[in-house]
Amino acid sequence: MSDVSDKKITEADVRHIARLARIAVSEGELSDLAKELERVREWVAQVREVNVKGVASYGGVFDMELRRREDKAEKTDKDDILKNAPDEREGFFVVPKVVEARNGLIKKDISAVDLAENSFQNMEGISYLNAFITTTRDRALQQAEESDKRLREGKARPLEGIPIGVKDLFCTRGIRTTAASKMLGNFVPPYESEVTRRLWEAGALCIGKLNMDEFAMGSKSTFGIGGHVANPWVPPLNGDSKYTVMSPGGSSGGASASVAAGLCLGAVASDTGGSIRQPAAWTGTVGIKPTYGRCSRYGMIAFASSLDQAGVIAKNVRDTAVLLGVIAGFDPKDSTSVNKPVPNYENFIGKNIKGLKIGSIKNFEKMAINFSAYDTGKPFIQPASEMMRLWEESKKWLRDAGAEIVEIDLPHVELALPAYYIIAPAEASSNLARYDGVRYGLREEASDVDEMYEKSRRAFGEEVRRRILIGTYVLSAGYYDAYYLQALKVRKRLIEDFNKAFEKVELLLGPTTPSSAMLSGEYMDEGGREDVLYNYLQDIMTVPANLAGLPAISVPVGKNVKGGGMHEHDAGMPLGIQLIAPPFQEERLFQAGQIIENAAGTFTPPTRWWEKASDEPQTV
Amino acid sequence: MNPKPSEENLLQGETGAWELVIGMEVHAQLLSEAKLFSAAPTAFGAEPNSQVSLVDAAMPGMLPTLNGFCVEQAIRAALGLNADIQLRSTFDRKNYFYPDLPQGYQISQYANPIAKGGRVQLDLESGETKYADLERIHMEQDAGKSIHDIAPDATLVDLNRAGVALIEIVSKPDMRSAQEAQAYMRKLRAILRCLKVCDGNMEEGSLRADVNISLRRPGDPLGTRAEVKNVNSIRFIGQAIAYEARRQMKILEEGGEVRQETRLFDPKNNGETRSMRAKEDAHDYRYFPDPDLPPLVLTKEEVEKIRKDLPELPDQKKARLVKDYGLSPTDAAILCEDPARGDFFEKTAIGRDARRAANWILGDLFGALNKEGLGIESSPVSPDQLGKLIDLIAAGTISGKIAKEVFARIFREGGDPEDLVKQSGMEQITDTSALERVVKDILAKNPDKAARAKEKPKMLGWFVGEVMKATSGKANPQLAQEILRRSLDL
Repeated sequence: MSDVSDKKITEADVRHIARLARIAVSEGELSDLAKELERVREWVAQVREVNVKGVASYGGVFDMELRRREDKAEKTDKDDILKNAPDEREGFFVVPKVVEARNGLIKKDISAVDLAENSFQNMEGISYLNAFITTTRDRALQQAEESDKRLREGKARPLEGIPIGVKDLFCTRGIRTTAASKMLGNFVPPYESEVTRRLWEAGALCIGKLNMDEFAMGSKSTFGIGGHVANPWVPPLNGDSKYTVMSPGGSSGGASASVAAGLCLGAVASDTGGSIRQPAAWTGTVGIKPTYGRCSRYGMIAFASSLDQAGVIAKNVRDTAVLLGVIAGFDPKDSTSVNKPVPNYENFIGKNIKGLKIGSIKNFEKMAINFSAYDTGKPFIQPASEMMRLWEESKKWLRDAGAEIVEIDLPHVELALPAYYIIAPAEASSNLARYDGVRYGLREEASDVDEMYEKSRRAFGEEVRRRILIGTYVLSAGYYDAYYLQALKVRKRLIEDFNKAFEKVELLLGPTTPSSAMLSGEYMDEGGREDVLYNYLQDIMTVPANLAGLPAISVPVGKNVKGGGMHEHDAGMPLGIQLIAPPFQEERLFQAGQIIENAAGTFTPPTRWWEKASDEPQTV
Repeated sequence: MNPKPSEENLLQGETGAWELVIGMEVHAQLLSEAKLFSAAPTAFGAEPNSQVSLVDAAMPGMLPTLNGFCVEQAIRAALGLNADIQLRSTFDRKNYFYPDLPQGYQISQYANPIAKGGRVQLDLESGETKYADLERIHMEQDAGKSIHDIAPDATLVDLNRAGVALIEIVSKPDMRSAQEAQAYMRKLRAILRCLKVCDGNMEEGSLRADVNISLRRPGDPLGTRAEVKNVNSIRFIGQAIAYEARRQMKILEEGGEVRQETRLFDPKNNGETRSMRAKEDAHDYRYFPDPDLPPLVLTKEEVEKIRKDLPELPDQKKARLVKDYGLSPTDAAILCEDPARGDFFEKTAIGRDARRAANWILGDLFGALNKEGLGIESSPVSPDQLGKLIDLIAAGTISGKIAKEVFARIFREGGDPEDLVKQSGMEQITDTSALERVVKDILAKNPDKAARAKEKPKMLGWFVGEVMKATSGKANPQLAQEILRRSLDL
């Protein structure tokens, strides 16, 4: 095989893939982008080292068969289809002339209108935590009245009156849903996601749509239109503006921050590469990503379809179990939803783990050290020693409770991350193609349709654009086999590793993240650009469960100490331990998670600083 | 598969002979209530954007689910085209931007189609048959419609068609003339209609052909092809091929190179084809497996059940019509193009002279239907009416000429042919004495001609004509001739 993976990304390549992805890129940006993408390319090219002879390359996680629906027609209200349209005429969507059709037309200079800027001026609920993009006070109050009535009448439902926050990635009928993107700034879905539908049906109150990274791409909740989210554990630091806010993790930072701060009892969020577990670990909360197919993806805005999965963040293991029990279950509207009964997860809380065999993922140790040795040009204090100590501590707790701990080797787990950063952007580049300014969302005016695409899609934020470009590159002619197909095969290898491990043990154990929370502006270069690779490395221990579709939970295990990690500000910040189970064995996660919670306790931020902070909105 | 270029198909250029090579990609809309991946209805011609679901409009978070009936339809089509059903097939995404493609990708089957191979029998005008082999058959979703000519400043988008189930039938480059390509299209349409898989309506776009055309010197490897898109009638297929053959031959004979490109057929401009896309916009579709859709797995049992329930296919029917009714292969092929034609024929022919029935259907009936723009399903003359008309001829009650008149009247006004003939006194005069009177009369009026006729028997025809005139065409011509001969001593 000729090695195309040695071919470096040039400025011409960037121009070509940006054109394929219909995103305008200025000449001035080409050089920086080419360098950045080349760094990513060089890094993901590691997947080429894996021997994948004889590995099948199906894109999904499990060997599923496609379900078939009955041939029954159902009409949708035309208004629902058209009401978000940027331009509509007599029932048609309207776009500028398609180039090949505009022969002979006089080229008019239509001024570009920035819809998005106006879209967010009336945004409510900007607090110091900045955990919400939209608050839904009226709706919550209305729902609360109904709940009180039901409670009085003794007709309470499982989550009656419980305030829940919803990551702004889930479509909610009649409530603006943005995915923290300018692209969707004004989008009001005429439908409800299956996961939130189940919540409201169970009596939960919707208090708002939670801040996040745009389209769930990011590890620090810094990349969305909602602005940086603050971690309730630390008040904003004074001084250097780049370092102002401690991140609550990402992409579900609004969810982790609001739960840690007690603004809601729980939150539903999504996890594509760690977006639930990492924020939970950084905020002292519990976060679960269930098995792929356990919760419906219907109405959850897609990032990477074969990896996306809805889950929950809550204060403790029991709340997490209750909430997951409500949102999990089969949905024929999602062809990857699995038709398996949902056990009563709460019943497993407090169940003993005598004789349970748990494998400690020994590869994570080396990965944590490599992570700490990442060359950023900034001084490290020392490797994640406190995390390592707490990992050992957890083993002891589990052993004390009757479990048997063994060491497990997952040979391909180190390459999970580069494979992930091929597969996820590839899927995203296609999933985000629908944001074209035709039927809903942001539209920049232009004189022809291709120009309209390129200008409108320029509204994607920096990180989303970067991932679309990477994804377009790895799928493009000549590179598909070397990157995308190879990554799918590496994914299969990893799944085989897990299958083998689960022949020996019933659960796997390892850290959730190699470090505790970071500052939002950490690892930016002098020009204020993010260190892309460093951000990606945050997902190093969470991504394997997504690639293999496995359920995984992060439970707080303790607090970092001064000098216990690589950052100056580590002291007192929460750390999380991760448990991974075989498919559809979420109950084991709750069972063992509760043992850890019993030993480690629950964690609450030391002060409620945000309540005392001035009303002056914070800008970062 | 047709290795030797047949002489008659070669095109003679100024620098020598050229062989035309044609392959076809045909898109057929599957008949179903709901769309392939959504529950929206598939009705044609509805108000804009009124047959669109949230999934078709690619609203954020919307997911595709597969319509099982469309799968059955695809299997039925593939079996009817002698293709091998693949028990495991997968859906891929084909990525490109266009306003009527809401997802920014089309869900199609790229790596693993639902069927591979297949073979179609071509019925040529000469009565001979040839075969065209198929590469593959796969399922995919249709796009919406972009309308460029309503608004001067904008393109309007209607998504009613977006998501309707299609199968794409890809042939090998096995055709060598426009006639063969047309025969291929006719046969595909006949098979799909017979299976009730597609309505075959090319004008409404439920059956569309992309034609790949190239030229080569006989015996050479394949030349560079041009793809002509959306040729939406069988006549246009002929025009497009003729135009392309001329265009490419001119380029090649002048020493140029044919560019591999997509061209648009323009029926308003004498069937010209025009280049569609600029070269810089070369497409890179970035196919990859659709992560929203697990593999489609079929069981042998369900495939066999569908195979068992297949109706009689056009080729089988054609063979039967030739064998059982003694029809010519050409006539039989035309009658098998549409199941309704075959039914009409068999209902008419049963217990009658089948060839006469075929002649009436292929001649007078099709002529009249064509003139009115009607399909055989909406024929104002039923098989029963036509059958009775044929019976009247067979019994000698009316002459062929009168029969045409009767046919025209029942086509326009309806009614029973027998009653009509009786009421209007159109029965043939077979009464010898009555005709003898007429003949006597004519001979008496034309003594000189009668005298000449004795020497020049050819004159007899003139007299027969006079008899027919005198009887308003009702005289039995054989009988009239007989009496004339007798009277003139011939």
